[in-house]
Amino acid sequence: MMDAKFDAIVENGLQKKAGLIALLQEIQDTYGYISREAVAELAKKLKISESHIYGVATFYAQFRFEKPGRHKISVCKGTSCFVMGSSRLLELLEEKLDITSGHTTPDARFSLEAVYCLGCCAISPVISVDGKVFGNVTPKEIDKILKKYDD
Amino acid sequence: MMEFDEIRTKAIEKWEALKHQEGVVLYYGAASCGRASGVLSTIEEIQDACQQNELAVKFVETGCIGPCYLEPLVAVQIDGNNPVFFSKITAEKARSFVDQVLAHNDLERDDKVGSLSPETNTLVGERINSAFEIQVRNVLRNCGIIDPREIDHYIARDGYLGLQKALSMSPDEVIELVLQSGLRGRGGAGFPTGLKWKTCRASPGEEKYAICNGDEGDPGAFMNRSLIEGDPHAVLEGLAIMAYAIGAHKAYLYIRAEYPLAIERLTRALTQMQDYHLAGENILNSGFDLDFEIFQGAGAFVCGEETALIASIMGKRGMPSPKPPYPATSGLWGKPTTINNVETMGTIPNILRNGADWFKQVGTEKSPGTKTFSLVGKIQNRGLIEVPLGTNIVDLIERVGGGIKDGKVFKAIQTGGPSGGMIPAAMSELPLDYEALTQAGSIMGSGGLIVLDADTCVVDLASYFSSFTQRESCGKCVPCRIGTTRMLEILETIKAGKATLQDLENLKVLAKTVKNTSLCGLGQGAPNPILTSLKYFEDEYLAHVEKRQCPALVCRDLIRFEINQELCNGCGSCSRNCPRSAIEGEQKQVHEISQELCIQCGRCYENCPVTAIYKTNRYPSEGD
Repeated sequence: MMDAKFDAIVENGLQKKAGLIALLQEIQDTYGYISREAVAELAKKLKISESHIYGVATFYAQFRFEKPGRHKISVCKGTSCFVMGSSRLLELLEEKLDITSGHTTPDARFSLEAVYCLGCCAISPVISVDGKVFGNVTPKEIDKILKKYDD
Repeated sequence: MMEFDEIRTKAIEKWEALKHQEGVVLYYGAASCGRASGVLSTIEEIQDACQQNELAVKFVETGCIGPCYLEPLVAVQIDGNNPVFFSKITAEKARSFVDQVLAHNDLERDDKVGSLSPETNTLVGERINSAFEIQVRNVLRNCGIIDPREIDHYIARDGYLGLQKALSMSPDEVIELVLQSGLRGRGGAGFPTGLKWKTCRASPGEEKYAICNGDEGDPGAFMNRSLIEGDPHAVLEGLAIMAYAIGAHKAYLYIRAEYPLAIERLTRALTQMQDYHLAGENILNSGFDLDFEIFQGAGAFVCGEETALIASIMGKRGMPSPKPPYPATSGLWGKPTTINNVETMGTIPNILRNGADWFKQVGTEKSPGTKTFSLVGKIQNRGLIEVPLGTNIVDLIERVGGGIKDGKVFKAIQTGGPSGGMIPAAMSELPLDYEALTQAGSIMGSGGLIVLDADTCVVDLASYFSSFTQRESCGKCVPCRIGTTRMLEILETIKAGKATLQDLENLKVLAKTVKNTSLCGLGQGAPNPILTSLKYFEDEYLAHVEKRQCPALVCRDLIRFEINQELCNGCGSCSRNCPRSAIEGEQKQVHEISQELCIQCGRCYENCPVTAIYKTNRYPSEGD
């Protein structure tokens, strides 16, 4: 069962005639991800099938189905970042955190994902941690950045 | 309720007061790029220092003026003189900056860039002239100059006069004016904007929709983000004019979720419009009603395609549908709909205010006006620029861009993102207009320009784009779904040095088939990076296939790392960093890499303090 907050999101969304995507965004903003329970509950409330919701949600890169870690690292894989060497940054992070992109470390400290363009191409390669963008990142700086998020 | 004229008079007073303020005003560029470069910490430091020294300074936040490579960029206006810009003012430099510039009004510093020219909205000064000389800032006229959170700043600089003028004309007259201007959609395909509006207006139905496409999915482009962050009202004014012209009473802004600041800016701007009766019912007492809604795109490149974008707003998977019917006749909820790109919208108010002839003053006959580009990659001056259409590539690279980074050799420029192509250095006289780019096998696209130097492998880059389009293919049509996967596989084989000449031939045939038979622009454009690189850099493909060599020394399976015995000082940094313990050597003795163990990760190469490690062909040609 989801909580009262969840009911409020759906209630509010339906009132504003928000579409399915806007509802899923709101749920993810609140809980950090789209859980199985959330999908089941939402399906009931909207009177549509769970598979319909998954069909839509998995189509879009934004939605996560795994509980995220305390800190979210996004490595930009936009063209400019790619040309300036971001693949190497992603590879290093995967190695250091011992997870592949799209996953969370067992201690739940970091989630790692590759994103297509944060729009900061002029200071590429960039990575962002919890929304804070680091520009012109070199492989050597990765350790220093990770250390800032020690908790 | 205040009349618009009164609002405008007050706004002008406010703006003029700021521009002529006695004492010091400090402007700082705080768009996403400026923030990423740390401008907010800089400002915090500066504010602290000002407080300690009891300096009265007025702070004004702005968007990005363009040269992102100089960020954090701050500008100082003293006693109403033109603001003077300073580059790379990091938090560490803040105190010395306050002491010299703000406390003693001494502007002569090494990091002084130039001053703002109020006539052209560009920067002038020895250091910056070449970057701005050929730029014409029409769409970006307010970016980096006004506070994007202040509607009064926008109005003081003739904002919403375009809308006011449009509302005094009939919708057909507005459409005629836009047709006259020759404006072509800035999203990529270059379809005449006026014609799009005309078709939608002519479509039967009371209910119509206006949509501004801010999905900016091209990875490596950020023009739309910058424009929204720096001048959100320009986009909203354009959208309101478009809605009026086609007869819509509901307008959507489709903005990608990766742009939180842009969404924040638009949300605030919309509230301000409501307050000034520029949105909602009876706009400017004209009887015209228009409601706005922001829709956050959830991350799918294909949603840049009109029919897919519409499906997405309706809460479905963003899959395109065959055209016709075009959105102009049957779009959102089956109603006539017009979709225009952010930059197209930003251009419209200027055309309404200044007329069609003014717009046609720059650009070419078939591609009039200016275009914004994000000039990035291996170039000195990376940033957001605006130049007349038809400007040639070499001028962009040499003048605006200041040449290739680190003095290396210019190899090619990628235009149009994953649906575009690579134009080789030999064609650098090519003008950037819709026709010339299409003829060269690329497209204009939304304006991403990625500069490549000799260290970029075209096969690797083509494979990067293919992996992107393969991933983003929605899967609806077979040519795109299977074709992009097969193209990627062949490219991977070439990169691994395992391809045959037949594979290369297959790739060509496949690419042409995918281009000709895919349902939407994603599939039709996906082969372009491959086709153009094959056309202009066939030698490089052949080197991979026939000699198993990567001329740019990028493809890992074809290179090896070596240690230069003359340079190695035996510090051991490489062996400590090697994840495979592939490097051995006594302390202070020359080290050696075991090629059997090495996985070419490059960590030793990145960490060598004396650059003794170098890349070379794994399979050298005879006689090498």
